[in-house]
Amino acid sequence: MDSSLTFKSGAKDVVPTLFGYIGVGLAMGIVANTSHLSVLAVLLMSLIVYAGSAQFIIISMLLAGSPISAIVLSTFLINSRMILMSLSIAQYFKKDSLLQNIALGSLLTDETFALSMNKLNQTQQKLRPRWLHAANIIAYLVWAAATVVGCLLGNLIADPNQFGLDFAVVGMFIGLLYLQIITDRSKTLKTQLLVVLFVAIAMFFLMRFFPGNIALLIATLLGCGFGMVVTPHD
Amino acid sequence: MTNYVLVTILLSGLVTWLSRVVPFAIIKNLAVPKWLINFLSFVPVAIMTAIFVESLLVYHAGQWPGFNLENIYASIPAILAGVLTKSLLAVVITGVVAMALLRLVGMG
Repeated sequence: MDSSLTFKSGAKDVVPTLFGYIGVGLAMGIVANTSHLSVLAVLLMSLIVYAGSAQFIIISMLLAGSPISAIVLSTFLINSRMILMSLSIAQYFKKDSLLQNIALGSLLTDETFALSMNKLNQTQQKLRPRWLHAANIIAYLVWAAATVVGCLLGNLIADPNQFGLDFAVVGMFIGLLYLQIITDRSKTLKTQLLVVLFVAIAMFFLMRFFPGNIALLIATLLGCGFGMVVTPHD
Repeated sequence: MTNYVLVTILLSGLVTWLSRVVPFAIIKNLAVPKWLINFLSFVPVAIMTAIFVESLLVYHAGQWPGFNLENIYASIPAILAGVLTKSLLAVVITGVVAMALLRLVGMG
């Protein structure tokens, strides 16, 4: 990853994250297939909802025949972390048009957000729409394709996890977190490590009471507050 | 596809889209106070840590979380790959290969 913010470099920078989309997308398609969802339903869901963990929940709740209101509420809760990510990244596009902002936000994911935060450390804290559009659009298309392929192949591959592809997403966040910590010079290493430690411990305690997705949201909010408190003031 | 599935997809898509887009519109039109910028500057490291740790834990309703041992084991070589190469791709591939090997030898 370098300081270039062209469409082409966006397309290049997003490549390592695609393994995650392919791994999880295939798995989602296969689960959808075994849950008797049609290829069209899978494609529409990937294009319209476009959210990994939420789509798994939606499929399982559809299969259970849950009320639509309950499914929509669950989806909102799982994806509410998008609010934090969008708030955080939107500052870098304040000068761009509202339409650009809406287009960028519409396809923002955990992965392209984290990638952008890494990129900022190479570009003197600047982002450009074309760079993020490239990353967003490629991720979007790869996700949709992977879920459809998974659904089509559903009967052939019983266990996609045997190839370890489901770990691609975890691996990606390990990489992005590590690179974030070593390259973000706006904060001291000590401050960042303290936040990491605090959030990790908070997650463990919060998951005593809340499912992972809700714990994640609370831990992130607490972690941001903690970070503000422990930042050395000069 | 039944109406039930279609309406669920459309409404779930709508709430997700709003979560993604409304913050952009707010930040675009509002002067963001300094404390909020400071607060939000911790979102990346906090949220990435939370997503990672979530994958290492297993939620059991009403109990302490368990540990996802296969993810914990596969994370070790992945972290090492990050330290050694500083390459995102190397971390991902190392992690996936480690996980495939773990499952091959029956530890996953």
